[in-house]
Amino acid sequence: MAITRDDVEKVALLARLELSEAEIESLTTDLGQIVGYVDQLAEVDTDHVEPMAHAIELHNVFADDVVRPSLPREQALANAPSHNGKGYLVPPVLGD
Amino acid sequence: MSITEQSATESLALLKQGELTSVELTQAYLDAINARDEQIGAFLRVDGEAALARAAEIDQRRQAGETLGELAGLPIAVKDVLCDSDERTTCASKMLEDFRPPYDSTVVAKLKAADAVLLGRTNMDEFAMGGSTENSAFKLTRNPWDLQRAPGGSSGGAAACVAGGLAPLSIGTDTGGSIRQPAGLCGVVGLKPTYGRVSRYGLVAFASSLDQVGPLASSVEDVALLLATIAGHDPQDSTSLDAPVPDYLATLNKPLDGLRLGVVREHFAEGLDAEVEASVREAIKVYESLGATVKEISLPHSKYAVATYYVIAPSEASSNLARYDGVHYGYRTDVAKMISDLDSERKELEETDDKEGLEKLDTPLVRMYRRTRDEAFGPEVKRRIMLGAYALSAGYYDAYYLKALKVRRLIRQDFDAAFAEVDLIASPVTAEPAFKIGQMADDPLAMYLVDLYTVSANLAGLPGISLPCGLSKSGLPIGLQLQAPPLAEEKLLRGAQMFQAHTDWHKNKPEG
Repeated sequence: MAITRDDVEKVALLARLELSEAEIESLTTDLGQIVGYVDQLAEVDTDHVEPMAHAIELHNVFADDVVRPSLPREQALANAPSHNGKGYLVPPVLGD
Repeated sequence: MSITEQSATESLALLKQGELTSVELTQAYLDAINARDEQIGAFLRVDGEAALARAAEIDQRRQAGETLGELAGLPIAVKDVLCDSDERTTCASKMLEDFRPPYDSTVVAKLKAADAVLLGRTNMDEFAMGGSTENSAFKLTRNPWDLQRAPGGSSGGAAACVAGGLAPLSIGTDTGGSIRQPAGLCGVVGLKPTYGRVSRYGLVAFASSLDQVGPLASSVEDVALLLATIAGHDPQDSTSLDAPVPDYLATLNKPLDGLRLGVVREHFAEGLDAEVEASVREAIKVYESLGATVKEISLPHSKYAVATYYVIAPSEASSNLARYDGVHYGYRTDVAKMISDLDSERKELEETDDKEGLEKLDTPLVRMYRRTRDEAFGPEVKRRIMLGAYALSAGYYDAYYLKALKVRRLIRQDFDAAFAEVDLIASPVTAEPAFKIGQMADDPLAMYLVDLYTVSANLAGLPGISLPCGLSKSGLPIGLQLQAPPLAEEKLLRGAQMFQAHTDWHKNKPEG
């Protein structure tokens, strides 16, 4: 499947990346090449094959429902670029 | 022989006998780091003072007759991807340059409990994405065998520090070969355990269904020693396996009677370097001379392993790395500049009455995410996030992600069938010895293809070990890979030890 510049711009929004012009160009080429290589998977007959999401297929791992101390707020905020001691601060969420 | 040339096991025996102190041993490695790491660049950070203080404390406790942990007094290097509450954990990324984890990863906690001396943090490809350590945001690591060549990656610092005699033990992580490939290219031993054998709690995630922590050292015995310390079930990691950990060291020197060694037809195909092939075939002959039966087997879907991996790993990465949003921790772009840029863009669109453009214009929050991530991630990380987001996006999910998961099962089934006939599979680690720094800088696909022999073990969840089995004419190490069924690390280590007990390749050291 050929990758277009338009694809790259759309995916960049999904991936929350603000790409420069040069990045859009090089990613269009790189992704095109890589996806071209990956396209060989289409030739494998996978009818009646169940997808395998994990190497060790564990199911329903339960933990006891007990109250344990969680990360103190001060520590949870310690690495934040911006906070007010109670929560994380972000730029305006809604447009004007 | 200087004490930094001893194996970890030898040093541990001397420490226990009181013939060596941890301070002496730690100082010897710090001296080696001071002398050589400016050239090699294996470490991102070394805290010599803290290491010596820790060593002195362990020496004192030993003198006082206290019972000590199983690695007591041994220096160890940790890849900068495992959280340590006493240390920054950067993943060699600008995104986490100042990140201080509020807790210890389980592996680091186990090393501390085992009374190991944590020397410092090793360099890696950013977020463990890459096979050369050239994707580190901070520095270049060079192969101690030839400083013009890459150490491999992503655990390049972890392998180079062992090869360069800067640390006796080292912790790496392996998502598609990131322990075994640099171990092979640097002439050391590296083991990727079965998926779930070692806890991933506190390991900064790249591809959660593939990532596994493992040991690197200069001998199989040292690797067994370190694996025994870090392996085991962890309730904090729901994917860790609740299976007993065998006493790897107790059985290590028992050869595998009647060993059936599998050699994969598809592994000896076009593209394999002649010297690498000759060394690996020679290693297989060593096994034959030790009584092993060699059997040719087929892994018919192995040729699709790299393609499968480069759908699944980036897909998981794009999801895992969504957490880096400039809000909770890590880098954030200059918000004032970002708002002012956004205002100018809006004005321009208003002046030209571009309604569509105005509608599409990012909100300040979205633009903050996007600019933060663009500024703080390197090119390879962005490439993989984009690739993963593409493979998971509406319209492509079935053709790429779901398809890859199905092929993944076929790859695993190939191994299950093979292991019904053989005990271990022998192969090259890489098709060629260490490549030159910068050689594949402009060809990401060529770099991905280096993972040809290693990615299958991650997709299938199998353990694999890389050990030195030769030197090229130009003096570069050549690696042998052995793979085993899930949870057969004991067998894998015994098989590797059989080779090392009868050969001297692991005793070769780079000059310098």
